[in-house]
Amino acid sequence: MADKLRNQQQLESLAARYIGTGTSDTTKFEFTSNMARDSLASYVGHPPMLQYMSIGLGQSKERTRIQMLERMVRPVGNPPEQQD
Amino acid sequence: MSDAGTSAKRRAGNKSSTGDQRPSTKQSLTQALDTELYSNGNDKYAGYNTSIAVQDDDDMDDAAEVNGRRLVGQYTATKEMMNEFAHGATEEADILTSREEQAQIASRETEYQRRRFDRNLDGEDQSYQERMKAREIEREEQRVRKIIEDRERNGQNGNEVLDHVPTLKDGAAAAPTVDGDKTPPMEKKSKRKRRWGAAVEIEEPAKEEEVEALPDAEPEPEPEVKEPESKKPKSSRWETTPAPDTPMTDAPADVPAQAPVRSRWDTATAPPAGTTSAAPAAGDVAHPSVPFGFGTDISARNAPLSDEQLDLMLPSEGYKILEPPEGYTPVRKPIGIPQLPAGYQGYMIPESGGNSELLGKQMPTEIPGVGDLAFFKNEDMKYFGKLVDNVDENDLSVEQLKERKIMRLLLKVKNGTPPMRKTALRQLTDNARQFGAQALFSQILPLLMERTLEDQERHLLVKVIDRVLYKLDDLVRPWVHRILVVIEPLLIDQDYYARVEGREIISNLSKAAGLAHMISTMRPDLDHADEYVRNTTARAFAVVASALGIPALLPFLRAVCRSKKSWHARHTGVKIVQQIPILMGCAILPHLKGLVECVGESLNDEQPKVRMVTALALAALAEAASPYGIESFDEILNPLWTNARRQRGKILASYLKAIGFIIPLMDEEYSSYYTSQVMDVVIREFQSPDEEMKKVVLKVVSQCSGTAGVTPVYLKDHVLNEFFKHFWVRRMALDKRNYRQVVDTTVDLAQKSGVADIIGRIVNNMKDESEAYRKMTVETVDKVISTLGAHDVDPRLEEQLIDGVLVAFQDQTIEDPVVIDGFATVINALGERAKTYLPQIVQVVLFRLNNKSATVRQQAADLISRITITMNKCDEDPQLIKLAQALYEYLGEEYPEVLGSILGALRSIITVVGLHAMQPPIKDLLPRLTPILRNRHEKVQENTIDLVGRIADRGADFVPPREWMRICFELLEMLKAHKKGIRRAANNTFGYIAKAIGPQDVLATLLNNLRVQERQSRVCTAVAIGIVAETCAPFTVLPALMNEYRVPELNVQNGVLKALSFMFEYIGEMARDYVYAITPLLEDALIDRDQVHRQTAASVVKHVALGCVGLDCEDAMVHLLNLLWPNLFETSPHVIDRIIEAIDAVRNAVGTPLVMNYVWAGLFHPARKVRVPYWRIYNDAYVQSADAMIPAYPQFDDPELRRHELDIFI
Repeated sequence: MADKLRNQQQLESLAARYIGTGTSDTTKFEFTSNMARDSLASYVGHPPMLQYMSIGLGQSKERTRIQMLERMVRPVGNPPEQQD
Repeated sequence: MSDAGTSAKRRAGNKSSTGDQRPSTKQSLTQALDTELYSNGNDKYAGYNTSIAVQDDDDMDDAAEVNGRRLVGQYTATKEMMNEFAHGATEEADILTSREEQAQIASRETEYQRRRFDRNLDGEDQSYQERMKAREIEREEQRVRKIIEDRERNGQNGNEVLDHVPTLKDGAAAAPTVDGDKTPPMEKKSKRKRRWGAAVEIEEPAKEEEVEALPDAEPEPEPEVKEPESKKPKSSRWETTPAPDTPMTDAPADVPAQAPVRSRWDTATAPPAGTTSAAPAAGDVAHPSVPFGFGTDISARNAPLSDEQLDLMLPSEGYKILEPPEGYTPVRKPIGIPQLPAGYQGYMIPESGGNSELLGKQMPTEIPGVGDLAFFKNEDMKYFGKLVDNVDENDLSVEQLKERKIMRLLLKVKNGTPPMRKTALRQLTDNARQFGAQALFSQILPLLMERTLEDQERHLLVKVIDRVLYKLDDLVRPWVHRILVVIEPLLIDQDYYARVEGREIISNLSKAAGLAHMISTMRPDLDHADEYVRNTTARAFAVVASALGIPALLPFLRAVCRSKKSWHARHTGVKIVQQIPILMGCAILPHLKGLVECVGESLNDEQPKVRMVTALALAALAEAASPYGIESFDEILNPLWTNARRQRGKILASYLKAIGFIIPLMDEEYSSYYTSQVMDVVIREFQSPDEEMKKVVLKVVSQCSGTAGVTPVYLKDHVLNEFFKHFWVRRMALDKRNYRQVVDTTVDLAQKSGVADIIGRIVNNMKDESEAYRKMTVETVDKVISTLGAHDVDPRLEEQLIDGVLVAFQDQTIEDPVVIDGFATVINALGERAKTYLPQIVQVVLFRLNNKSATVRQQAADLISRITITMNKCDEDPQLIKLAQALYEYLGEEYPEVLGSILGALRSIITVVGLHAMQPPIKDLLPRLTPILRNRHEKVQENTIDLVGRIADRGADFVPPREWMRICFELLEMLKAHKKGIRRAANNTFGYIAKAIGPQDVLATLLNNLRVQERQSRVCTAVAIGIVAETCAPFTVLPALMNEYRVPELNVQNGVLKALSFMFEYIGEMARDYVYAITPLLEDALIDRDQVHRQTAASVVKHVALGCVGLDCEDAMVHLLNLLWPNLFETSPHVIDRIIEAIDAVRNAVGTPLVMNYVWAGLFHPARKVRVPYWRIYNDAYVQSADAMIPAYPQFDDPELRRHELDIFI
């Protein structure tokens, strides 16, 4: 019992620090949005990668960067309707 | 008036004596004839204390003291010493008080702290003005009481007056003046008015009430400050029936209308009286309940005398029986009332609903609606009694239901088990706003005022307040004062954590209520009549200042510190300023000037107490500001210094303290000037007998000597002589606090005036006859020389020094490291200069090694181990050898402590002399050590293993391998030692031995040891194998080890796996060479049925994998991962932890994407049992290497989810 409680607390503190972590109750929507955000952050965070993509898109690096940052808002569309 | 009283008595006395004398010629046996001599007209008891002392120590000693001086020499311990552990903070726990009581907070509080119970929570709903007025009245009462006490002290014994004056007078004129046993008669009404009528006019009814209060005069109950309603005079504390110093219960003797309003507190203090149910029912005027006597039942003897008895005792002529005044009801205890249980604190009128019937029953542990509690105390019944009254909840109003709900939650928090507490606390917090401040605090606060409260309960209740405060925010305002009354005592608790808790609550409270409200709430308490209240309020204000910022509070503080109206307010104001730096430290620096200005003027206050606290405040400010901020103190330097010359006693001590803290802030020039200005006062006070003053002057001296402006010459010329004359005396060594202070100050002085001077003055004390004094000297020498070295010491002093420490060393009777430390410091500091003295020292040590006292032998051996390095430096190796030979002889020592020290000494000699030069030769020494290895004493074990290990490390070839093998067997036993250091040393020694004689034999021994039953021994053996493998290269060990795995015995196989695990941990990257060799074994282990087996195998995999990260062994790692992966569903915590760790390690070795391929399969598996461990692995991977996961994320075909960027291709 105490172990379970401690695990729960550890998980909570983990989730507080790392948003991308999940539990067995994580939905597809949450997982895919985190995935998309992490990917975008990674593209932006590696300059060679950003450079490569900008060349491929035919626009400036900064523009690509901004686009990617903006796409981090709801990267996979609206959340699914709540159904009870 | 006193004259009148005594003369009346005298007359009465004369009269009765003449009346009694029979016309007989014989001399009466009882009558002193020589009246001139024996009763010359005066009260013959004049000058005696006529009452029996209550304190246990007052009259115990028979030796008469005249003018505070004894005529006969005192050959016994002082009273203070004898009673040292009977009272106060050092009081020893009385074994007779039950443990339960000891756990209560109140039982370890000092008398001062217990004054918190004197505060009550009544009258809180009054306005600010009303409260100010109430305080005013209290002060007035205090003043009056003081006057009365002063009068009594001045010899006007009220008893005489009361006994005689009224009875001799015909007529009842004097009757109403009777007031307790202490109020002198007041004939003139005008006078009464002055004393009583400050706030109200006292009319006849008041007098009656005074008479009522007659029978037992005891300390007053809580002042019941209440606004007079109709014509009723101001009800003051004088009127009600007094009670013992607990807050009083009702006094039903009073006319009900005049009874003070019964507060919660009144009922709260009464215990649930299981046996008191026999007490008279409430409101029974004929048999009012009065405070019963405490302790053993002597109430029968103290019962009022009956009329018949009085008739027998008193003469019938010349006296008159007075009518009791109108309205007087005698307070009588009904006969046959049983003795009350201990801890009785007054009678409680039962709450409606008849809880009292329940009180007698067994205490329940299960309360309806609450569940099983951890405990339920007697006292809890009066707060939580409602919960067990079995009322149908449907009949209750919403308010009542709410009250019960809160009650239940509080009970759960206070008495429940931890999980219960947790949920209850959360519910209280979440619903705080719905419950409302009123409902919550009216239940929490009385609980906190309970006398039998224990630490844990208080902590929990305070926690509730803290949480609730946070939620209630500004709703808390009407309750601020009541919360403060309850929380302020925490600020002066002995327990550090209680103080911190108190601070936190008050700081949160002030943030919730706001500064203005806090000030208006606490303002009336600033000049409260009770010092306790002022003190705690000052501390609380300091907390408010730290919470809301000093600047916000400064204008208010300035006003308070300059209050014209009362010096109490000024005193408290300054005290606040004193507490702020104590609380905030250097954070006061930006506001230092403002704070100093606040208190500056109070240095010239007319009240000595205010001056004193001002100096203390300045000291605290300077201490916190150090080393900055001298410019803020500019204004007060002059008054401080000039006033210091005028003060005496305690005030002077506080001034000096302030000066001591300010001087270090000054620059060179000023500090020298100001030091010289104050030094003559300080030096004068060297001879003060006051302990506090001694402490302060010592501190000031060390502070002054630390500043740049004070020169060594100045110190030598002005300070040192006096200092040594007054403080370096034997008496100072006896008291521990003085001892420490003097040592520290002397060390500080030495920093400035040099080693030689200081040491030169005290060096002879090391030969003093008082041991404590010798110790003090040695400690000082130790500290001075270890900080400043011995370069200043000239040959003469050197000689004295060695001589001194030798004497101190030889003469010590108490085992204490101080002397040996000092000795070692001196010798090591002298270094090569000590050479001439070494033969002598060695002689002494040799002699003492032969002493019959074990302690002496031990000290001698300890000393050797401390000075070997210096002896080696002085080229005294022959002497060391001599010592070693002597020590070798003493290896048969039977006292383990001594044996341990001897071994330690041998070890340190071997360290400096070297194994080659060692005499006796190692090959003789080691066989003597082998049996000692069997000794189970920790100190012996530690020192032997150290010595053996050292020999094995440096000079294994001095000893034949057979001997080493023997030692190996002994070492196995050591693996069972309790102390980790011993086990570690033993393991390392295995490594050294294996290196010396080759791993084969050692390994065989160790592998055999894997078969033993004891787990710890097996584990240590595994560790030892790991170490052997590390020191002798793995390939010498691995074949034998893997071969051992074929033994069909679980313990052995596990041991082998464990050894492999340690080995791979130690060898790190070398693991790469053995990966393919070990894989088949691991393969087998990972598919074993036994889960412990798999667990250990997983930890081997972990260490192997971490060892070969990036070393091109991916194929083997993936193979192991495939075998590991199914273990993911293990549930036993140890097993699953090892498995996850192994998977993590493999992930590092083969790269994240590869392992993620395994993970995706289970993240959204329909079965939760599958999802849970997969997510755990995913989370671990995410935390460690989120970035590496990006390329490995699964592909989605849905255009929304697809990561188009990755499709870009140039």
